[in-house]
Amino acid sequence: MTDTVLPALRSRTLVPARYRAPGDRVFKTVVVVLASGIIALALAMAVVIYLEAAPTFRAFGYVSFLTETTWDPVAAIHGALPFILGTLLTSFSALLLAVFPALGVAIFTAEYAPRWLAEIINYTVDLLAAIPSVVIGLWGIFNFAPQIRDAVYMPIYMWALEDAEWLVPIIGAPSTYNFVTATLILALMIVPYTVALSRDAIGQVPKEQREAAWALGATRWEVIRNSVLPYARTGIIAGILLSLARALGETMAVAMLIGNRNRLPFTLFGPAATMPSVIINEFREAVEPLHYSSIMAVGFYLFIVTIGINLLASWIQQKLSLTKGTL
Amino acid sequence: MTLQARYARDRLVEISIILLTLLVVVPLLIIIVYVIMNGFSALNLSFFTEELGSPARAMQGRPAGLMHSIIGTIVIDLVALMMAVPFGIATGIMMSEYHEHPFSPVARLMTSTLNGMPAVLMGLLAYALVVKNTGGFSALAGSVALAFVMVPIIARTTESVLRITPWSLREAGLALGLPRWKVTMSLVLPAARAGVITGILIAFARAAGEAAPLLLTSFGNNYFSIDLTSPMDTLPQRLYSLAISPYRQWHSMGWGGAIILLLFVMITFYVGRVVIRKLEKYTNS
Repeated sequence: MTDTVLPALRSRTLVPARYRAPGDRVFKTVVVVLASGIIALALAMAVVIYLEAAPTFRAFGYVSFLTETTWDPVAAIHGALPFILGTLLTSFSALLLAVFPALGVAIFTAEYAPRWLAEIINYTVDLLAAIPSVVIGLWGIFNFAPQIRDAVYMPIYMWALEDAEWLVPIIGAPSTYNFVTATLILALMIVPYTVALSRDAIGQVPKEQREAAWALGATRWEVIRNSVLPYARTGIIAGILLSLARALGETMAVAMLIGNRNRLPFTLFGPAATMPSVIINEFREAVEPLHYSSIMAVGFYLFIVTIGINLLASWIQQKLSLTKGTL
Repeated sequence: MTLQARYARDRLVEISIILLTLLVVVPLLIIIVYVIMNGFSALNLSFFTEELGSPARAMQGRPAGLMHSIIGTIVIDLVALMMAVPFGIATGIMMSEYHEHPFSPVARLMTSTLNGMPAVLMGLLAYALVVKNTGGFSALAGSVALAFVMVPIIARTTESVLRITPWSLREAGLALGLPRWKVTMSLVLPAARAGVITGILIAFARAAGEAAPLLLTSFGNNYFSIDLTSPMDTLPQRLYSLAISPYRQWHSMGWGGAIILLLFVMITFYVGRVVIRKLEKYTNS
């Protein structure tokens, strides 16, 4: 339907000038100018943050800023490696923890659960996606972190001290706010996104696809395994990538629970830091120009990483999909 | 593989999928129950009528509250909404109604990328653009940062609801000789009204829960202020400060703030959900 009307709208010869309303030109200009704002916003984000970070890049170089392990504002040495590692480790571990339960929920609500139960579960999961990050951080600080330290980390640490001393340098002395706690909370926070996106992908699988497998005598799991999941695959992969982008940029809950240690090495039960968490923790105290621009530089790399993953996800959705991006 | 074995495997998969689902749903319920239990017990009248003041005030048991944060949140978010709505809706209109325009694919790409951007980056941008140039943290800078968060959300939802309004509606208008802008403004937008408003609500709720951009822009304030050019307090950013503070009285006020924020987001979310459901019924019939 679009194909028949649009060429006519576009063609100037079909519509003589005297029938073209002057309001059209004005309206279109206003709309396009306002809409250019969003393009300007995206460009400004790249350019402005880069310019603010420029002194750091001049002082340390683009690559050595990334590989330098010391972050010491007092000595004016700034290296982002601890935060890069912290972000990558927490995000990928959280993603690993979140993917299978999330897929389980998506499959359960789409294929197993009766309609009423599926609706309740979907509603609950969507609601979690809407809970502000800082509220989850609050729950983590006052409830989750102290309890899991006493109930889980301490016994493991005590056991390691006695029976497995080689483990001690890896897990470290348990502190209340630490790497594992932040990762667990992060996993919990990205689950709703992974569920929602995989659910959409599974929901797009045509009924005939399933019916064909049933007709061949497949069991329920075989239907899912052989005809639903392969069809939904690209959507699920794109969804996982978008969840990863979420995890990389998740700020408040992680900043509240990771303990904020700027130096390597990180231990499992010891404090660590991520790129967003260092921005939150140090930005307001950054008086030195170099300190300020280094935080901006961390932000710039965060920007690059998230934009890369987002573009990759939309590319996968468009190019690798069986349905060529119409999913 | 025998049929028996296949059935056994089916059973096994079913059980593990149910277990995985419980693993996700149970912690969610625990969080909500905890916030509600601790939150309501922290609420009292002075919570809504007093400002926070210095730590000493709460420690000596004098009445303290988050009245100033609640009002600040409303002010900053409404100003942000006023800035974001024209840009967001215009972008949605361009991407849907003028999708032959060369800017449209670019805008669509930018919208989806900005939607995936961490909000803390919006805070960094607003700091560099507004705070640095005006010489200090201000509520206005916070509004700008939140507007950055809202625009891509409004743009995306507006585009998708405009796209599901039937093409025949536009054809009818054009056939009557209406110019394109009138078709958009008096036929398409009114037909998609509920969806557009839902998008604005979603954007508002998302931005209302953001603490990171506000920490870098509106900064926070222990006292009541309604001056847009000076630091102002907001709930999410105040929650963060209360939670990491060493004072026990402030911790319990943090729970109180959390329940207010959660209730607000849940109500907005529920309203949006109801509207979407009505909209789906309308488009299906």
